[in-house]
Formats: sequence, structure tokens, C-alpha cells
Amino acid sequence: MSPQLLIVSPLLVPLFAAAVCALFWRRPAVQSWISLAASGTLLGVALSLLLQTADGTILVAQMGGWPAPFGISLVIDIFAAIMLAITGLMALAVGIYALGPGRPGRDRAGFHPLYHSLLLGVCGSFVTGDLFNLYVWFEVMLIASFGLLVLDRSREQIDGGIRYVMLNLIGTTLFLASIALLYGMTGTLNMADLARVVPGLENRGAVMAVALLLLVAFGAKAAVFPLFNWLPASYHTASMPVVAIFAALLTKVGVYAILRVYTLIFSGDTGWLEPIFTVIAIGTMVIGVLGAAAHYDVRKILSFHIISQIGYMLIGLALMTPLAIAGSILYIVHHIVVKANLFLLAGAIRQHGGSYALARLGGLWRTVPLLGLLFLIPALSLAGIPPLSGFWGKLAVIQASLAAQAWILAGAALVVGLLTLYSMIKIWNEAFWKAEPVPHPPVRWARGERVAMYLPIVALAAITLTIGLYTEPFARLSIDAAHQLLDRDAYIAAVLTSQGAIP
Amino acid sequence: METLLALAIGVVVATSVYLFLSRDLPRMLLGFVLLGNGVNLAILLAGRIGPMTPALITDGETLAAHAANPLPQALILTAIVIGFGLTAFALMLALQAWRRFGTLDAESLDAAESIDPAVLAPASSALPREDAR
Repeated sequence: MSPQLLIVSPLLVPLFAAAVCALFWRRPAVQSWISLAASGTLLGVALSLLLQTADGTILVAQMGGWPAPFGISLVIDIFAAIMLAITGLMALAVGIYALGPGRPGRDRAGFHPLYHSLLLGVCGSFVTGDLFNLYVWFEVMLIASFGLLVLDRSREQIDGGIRYVMLNLIGTTLFLASIALLYGMTGTLNMADLARVVPGLENRGAVMAVALLLLVAFGAKAAVFPLFNWLPASYHTASMPVVAIFAALLTKVGVYAILRVYTLIFSGDTGWLEPIFTVIAIGTMVIGVLGAAAHYDVRKILSFHIISQIGYMLIGLALMTPLAIAGSILYIVHHIVVKANLFLLAGAIRQHGGSYALARLGGLWRTVPLLGLLFLIPALSLAGIPPLSGFWGKLAVIQASLAAQAWILAGAALVVGLLTLYSMIKIWNEAFWKAEPVPHPPVRWARGERVAMYLPIVALAAITLTIGLYTEPFARLSIDAAHQLLDRDAYIAAVLTSQGAIP
Repeated sequence: METLLALAIGVVVATSVYLFLSRDLPRMLLGFVLLGNGVNLAILLAGRIGPMTPALITDGETLAAHAANPLPQALILTAIVIGFGLTAFALMLALQAWRRFGTLDAESLDAAESIDPAVLAPASSALPREDAR
């Protein structure tokens, strides 16, 4: 396959899958197979892209054959390739899980076309090298997520959907407004070209205003403090495979955009950004974990933990050192795997215990000990217990904060880790350990449902263990990606001099 | 001209913020439509208004030096299409909410928060069976 075709294939595969699934609207069985095949292909394509970029090459394609600052560039560096690979992995895992309980209703409502449209938006956001194009991919992702969120059309989904939709509409319009202001100042929207032009602008005040407006737009997407309210108000209403893919990818696209834009475009005038990021990171970590401690519904607890973990990912930007950014990247990878797995497990807990409410659950350790064991791996990893994957992510960001003498940041990260352990133990005690409050009839599985439910859970738990026990390749990749993110000149040169035209 | 347009954008955005502060869902949606239009005007202004010559070229010619900037128009067109889709979806959602709940007042929409009374009570292992139902 030609390298240019490989760069666009993370977009072509989900686009094609969404279109074909929509054509087979009345044949859910056909849709599922196409969906699984496409997710597998996406993973394969992403892994081969990761292999090609791992040595530090930046792959660039110019759409429509227009040279760099005029057309839309697609750029894949190590960070983008890592995110694509993890997206492919999640697409496959959640795609298999979606074959489990609740499948007929989901399939009738059009799960598969929407699922691949969502993946298209996510992959597009990772691949693009143009700010306006990033806006378009955000919207593709958003409109697909609207549809997925209200898939069952139940009362609480409609209500949760309204909250989610209103907040995100405002967030993306602010993104568009900051694009308008930036275009007015620079006359370009290509990210590499912006990175070249923006540090030389005379009017620093205007640059600062645009940078902060972008931070509000991306921050609303990433659910950072104080813009996180839409997430716990809506995520718990959706069906489990949908929440799992949302939790894994949507907020992380916001984090990716923040990392990309603030290391590339606005990194010239640092100094005033770091204190802002420090406050946001600490606020996000603390508020998220306290919200989780106050709730007694598995889905709500896990939703608040998404917010809390976003704080750790922002530590890299609060410090701007290579180690801290590498820690953030490692943390994103670990978090996506673990968080999606916890939501998949929440679905399994619901299947066995009949509820998401901790008060109604109990006795699962006696009836399904395997589920308890599988729950412990991501739960303890989320809290950062060695030797699981979360430990290394936390170690990297805390070590970086200590090296930068950011004592408050390091202290907050440690305390929040402890409180995370508290809520995970709360779920464990209530759902698995305590006596069963109401006798629950044994679960009836349709054919193949049990395999579809447990296969992705076991696979993701195995990946968590792999990252934990064999950390070296993951850590080295994160460090390479961080160095590449901080080396702005190489990115600019790679995009602006590239000849890789796609007619 | 630029000052006038800037003032107009300011008025449109201020009106949309006022509408967003309402508790009525349709008003909030109107606010979103207005905000979208304000931002589109801002993009137009960002592309330097003034020249009226269309940015068209025929065979063998080059673009006239004082032609209008075509890029903001392309951006606005994209943004209008996207905004239309989002508004259509939000309107359908509001219609569904009206049919299900009989109200569009943000204060009284609370189906997502009140799922299960047992969820809100602190869980305890000594929960009596008849309470759990």
C-alpha cells in the first residue's frame, strides 16, 4: 500500500463502514460483521502507522494536491499514531462487547452506522493538521455522539441528551469563534503555518485572548474544571457500550487537542499558561474524585472518575517538561484502556446483579468470582497500585512534578490517587463483598452473549497487565512522542516542505 | 464599515447570551442560532471585507489583485451547514422532550437525575429486604 493511502485510511475505513452499515439498515446481522471487520482493519492500519512513525518520521499528506499552507494537511506523528492505535483497539473491544446483551434494540436503532461515524470523527481529529478541519471533525464526532447517546430514546436519555447537546453546542461555537479571531490575526489555519506565524505576532494580548478562548472550547470538550458539568449529567443515561466508547475516546480528543495546540502553536509565550494549567489540573483532579466519593451509582462514580483522571493528563501541560508530557501521554493510553474496561465491567455487574445502584447490589463475589477478579485489575490500576499500568502513569507525572518542584501538584496527585482507591473499594465492598440484599434470579444468556461480554473485558485486563509488567516499550514510545511534540521546528518543516500530495 | 460590522456582531452575540440565560429550551436554541450567525459574521470580518470583485478566474488569467477573499466564504458555508444539522437535531430532541415530559422548562426537566431512590440513599450492607423491594 502506498504511504499516502495509508495516511488517509484511518478516515476511509470508518467512513466506508458507516456508509455500508447504513445501506444494510434492515439487516443487523450483516451490519455487525461489517462493523467488526472495519474495527479490526482500523486497528491494523493504525498499528502499521505506529510502526512507520515510531522512529520519529512525521507522515504528511496534502489533500487535493494543494501545497501545505493552502490546502488541508493530514499529519501523523508518534502521538497521533499512538492515539489512532488505541482508538482502533477500543473500536474492536467495544464492537465485540456490543454483540452482547441488549444487542437487538441497539442494532434496530442504528448503532453501527453511528458508531463508525463517531470513530471517523475521532480519527479525523487525531490526523488533521488544520485548525478548521479539526472543527469539522469535532462536529462529525459530536453529531454521531448525540445520536448514540439517545439510542434507546428512554426518558432519562432524552433529558441527559438535552444537557449534553446544549453544553457542547456552545463549546464548539466558541471553538469556531476562536478560529475566526486567529484567522483574522494570521491569515492562515494550517497548524504548522500557525506555529510559524503566531510567535512573531505583535499583539500579544490578542494572542492570549485567543489562546484562552480555545482553552475554554477544548476544556468543555475534555470536561475539565470548571466546565465538566455536562459529563456526569448525561453519560450515565446511555447504554453501556456507548458509554464505554464515550469514556474512552471523547474527552481524550479534547485532551489531545489541548496538548497539540498548546505545545505547537502557543508554546512560544509560556509563563502565563502554566499557572492556569496548574489550577485547572488540580481543580479537575480534586472535584472529580470528590464527586465520585459522594455517589452510590456505579455509572455515576465512574463518570466522575473520568473527570478526575483528566486532571492527571493536564499535569504535563502545567509543567511543559519532556518527562511530564511523556507521563501525560502514557497516562492517556493507560486511562483509555482502564476506563473503557471499567464501564464494560459495570455492564457485566448490571447483567449479574440486576442494577447499577450499589444499595441493590451485593454477593457477586460468591456467585461470579471471576467477575470480581476481573474488576480488581482495572480498579486497582485506576487507583495506581503497582505493578499495574496506572502506577507507571502516576509515577511519571508525580516524578516530573517533584523534579519541577511543583509540590502542590504532586501532593494533589497523591491524595487524589488515595481517594480513587476509596471509591473503587466502595464499589468492591458494596457490589461484591456484602451479602446480597435481594435474591436475584440467575442470569439467562442468549447464545454467544457471555463470550461477547467477557472477551473484551479479559483482553483489556490483559493489556492493562502488559502495560504494567512490561512498561519499557510503552514508556519509550511516550518519551519519544513527548520529545517530538516539543520539537516544533521539525513538525513545521515536515508539513510545510512535504511533497506528499493526494490528488 | 468594519466598526459597524464589529458592533453588529457584538449586539448579536449579546442577544444570544441573553437568550442562553433563559430556562426555556426553544429560547436557548434560538440563542444558539444567533450565536452561530454572530460567529459566521466574525469569520467574514476576519477575512478583511471591502473588495467587491468576485474571486473568479477564467482560463489563463490570474486572480485580480483586489479580489475578495474566498476562503472565509468557504468556511462560513461549512459552518452554516454544520450549524443547520446541529440545530435540526436539537429541535428534534426538544420536540421529544415536549412529548415525553410536557414541559420545556430547564428547571423541571430532571428525568436523568432522579433514576432510583435507592441510588441516592447511602448504601449500607444492613439494608432491610422490604425497603429494597
